[in-house]
Amino acid sequence: MASVRKTMARRSLAAVAATAALGLVAACGASDDGGTGGGVKDGKVTITMGLYGVMGFKETGLLERYEKEHPNVTIKAEIAGDEQTYYTALQTHLAAGSGLKDIQGIEVGRAKELADTRADKFADLAKVPGTSHFLPWKQNQVTAADKKVIGLGTDIGPMAVCYRKDMFAKAGLPTDREKVAQLWAGDWSKYVDAGRKFKAGYKGDGVAFMDSSSGLFNAMIYGSSQQFYDTKGELIYKNNPVVTGAWDLAAEAGSSGLTAKLRQFQPGWDPGLANSTFATTVCPAWMLAHISEKAGPQNKGKWDVAKAPKGANWGGSFLGVMEQSPVKEEAKKLIAWLTAPEQQAYIFEKLGNFPSSEKALKASEVAKAKSDYFSGAPIGQIFGDAAREIPDKQVLGRKDGTIKDIFQQGLSLIEEQGKSKDAAWKTTGERIEKAAG
Amino acid sequence: MALQTFRRSTFWHRLDVRGAPYAFVAPFFVVFAAFSFYPLLYTAWISLHRVELSSMDLMEWVGFDNYVALWEDERFWNALANTFTLGVVSTVPQLLMALGLAHLLHYRLRGSVFFRVAALTPYATSVGAAALVFTMLFERDFGMINWLLELVGLSPVNWENDKWAAQLAISAIVIWRWTGYNALLYLAAMQAVPGERYEAAALDGASRWQQFRMVTIPGIRSTVVFTIVLSTIGATQLFGEPLIFGQGPNGITGGADNQYQTLGLLLYEEGWKNYQMGRAATIAWAMFLLLVLIFVVQRVVRRLTARPAGARRVLSRSGQS
Repeated sequence: MASVRKTMARRSLAAVAATAALGLVAACGASDDGGTGGGVKDGKVTITMGLYGVMGFKETGLLERYEKEHPNVTIKAEIAGDEQTYYTALQTHLAAGSGLKDIQGIEVGRAKELADTRADKFADLAKVPGTSHFLPWKQNQVTAADKKVIGLGTDIGPMAVCYRKDMFAKAGLPTDREKVAQLWAGDWSKYVDAGRKFKAGYKGDGVAFMDSSSGLFNAMIYGSSQQFYDTKGELIYKNNPVVTGAWDLAAEAGSSGLTAKLRQFQPGWDPGLANSTFATTVCPAWMLAHISEKAGPQNKGKWDVAKAPKGANWGGSFLGVMEQSPVKEEAKKLIAWLTAPEQQAYIFEKLGNFPSSEKALKASEVAKAKSDYFSGAPIGQIFGDAAREIPDKQVLGRKDGTIKDIFQQGLSLIEEQGKSKDAAWKTTGERIEKAAG
Repeated sequence: MALQTFRRSTFWHRLDVRGAPYAFVAPFFVVFAAFSFYPLLYTAWISLHRVELSSMDLMEWVGFDNYVALWEDERFWNALANTFTLGVVSTVPQLLMALGLAHLLHYRLRGSVFFRVAALTPYATSVGAAALVFTMLFERDFGMINWLLELVGLSPVNWENDKWAAQLAISAIVIWRWTGYNALLYLAAMQAVPGERYEAAALDGASRWQQFRMVTIPGIRSTVVFTIVLSTIGATQLFGEPLIFGQGPNGITGGADNQYQTLGLLLYEEGWKNYQMGRAATIAWAMFLLLVLIFVVQRVVRRLTARPAGARRVLSRSGQS
């Protein structure tokens, strides 16, 4: 009898082990029902958001304010630190049809890819009321071929040139921001010429005119309506004079010792800011916060902002609503509110993210904004003017972000590895073929 | 009735005896099948297609095109060469240093527990943290190592952009992290070597160095082989250190000129920068086949080298099979 019980026990143990093993496998398959986490329950609406970086909605308390004004709404925002990681996850979620949130952030570098390949997964925002206040080129960036709008604009990155007044004075260049802007008005090659004057005039070692040649390259190409792709989605960078011209000028700057051979946002760049190893950097509006933080209080008042030769835009984001969301209408209402002029101006005041709403640009808290750190520069006006100079038509391409990185590395082949311009161009072309093919 | 019960119980009994062992090992094999074997096969399937991450549901059959393209891709050979050189530069000094360290720890020391724990701390640090700190140390303009170099009158090194400097710096991270771990493995093996052998050697007049060479090394031979196998696998998969060392776009491509791109990084570049899952899967399989190839070559070499000494044994064994 005792032995029977023992076998029984063993038998059931074996059964348990086998079931547990099967259960493990099953658990992996059956968790998602394709929902977005949001929904309506007992009259309570839950909306989920997938965001990245510092988009400012949670950080400035806007989400809380919305919840307070709409007591039946609960917002759950999940924020990824890094956009690259966020986008990889978003792509897998889109392909699998599960794990998506009701609202998803879209970076401009990904806008075209999503509009081309995944527009069906996004709700059309073309007819959302009260969304006609954006800069015209902003909404064009997320409009699919069939006029479907997959996102509403949050911020933009109009560009200017940040420069060190003290170093300019030492090199015998003007320091007043109007006169500095005059140095290179209308033409980026004049900016490089100013760099030559700086190099000749600056006495002392260890200070370069600009941080990196790729900053210059970015600014030059982002000011034109066509960059790497044409409207049909074909790669045209090889024959686009905008790109080849920018490449030539940036390569020239990189190989003639005008740069500090740094890469923006990479190691070495921050200490370069803190230890003042370069006199200028081409800066989108959102870079100001980074500069003031990394260059530190000891450099306060030494920096200033001057108008760039041409208006250009680097970066910016959107909010989109997923088609499969059970709370689509509520989510649309939420993002329309979050991207409304008042809220954009509010985020600008708090964090410095530059508004993509034309109406917000005119609001006094934006238009009259000045930066203490940058010697009281009228940043609202400088960047606002730059934003209005950007061509309305913006031809984006599927792999814009990746190609930009490849060009940056191509320039660094010249700048840091001493490769010839032609060899670097050839390598860059091969890499783009691999990345886009 | 009694007979029937008896029969049924023998059936159950036999099932129990025969079947239970399988049930007990089943969890491992089920998990293995789900998380290792199935992904392996699925990866092979993907590698025969053109697939993008954003549209995994749309697969276009291309046969072995991905493999042909990889074979003709100079980035692959570059990454293979880098993986090899990085592997050698990081593994050889690492194991030699570990051996020396283990030998020192084997002596009776004051606070030996402290030293043993200290040797293991780098291993307990995450790759990310370690690599990040080293990246700052090796920074070009304001890094501590260049500062030290300048202090003693040497010119600073462009650690990230110079090919060999970058590989040396990355190897330093690997060596720092794994030396202590291997040293402890060696130490454990050394402690298992019987003391009599040392006494006998000492009686025969062997010096400390001779004892180390003639007694210690042969005594821990199997552990040495084990660490070499582990390090080889680790070196083939080297990924985190160079990725963090380069930071951002340069990490993924292993430097602007791919000067320290390993196979692992090339896989990552194809998969998570270019979003070409077919090509990424091809590299994954190439890496797998590479390890199989190394294994086969090692077996063949062992057979060939074993022949003079145990020729008859090898021959008779091959005669059997």
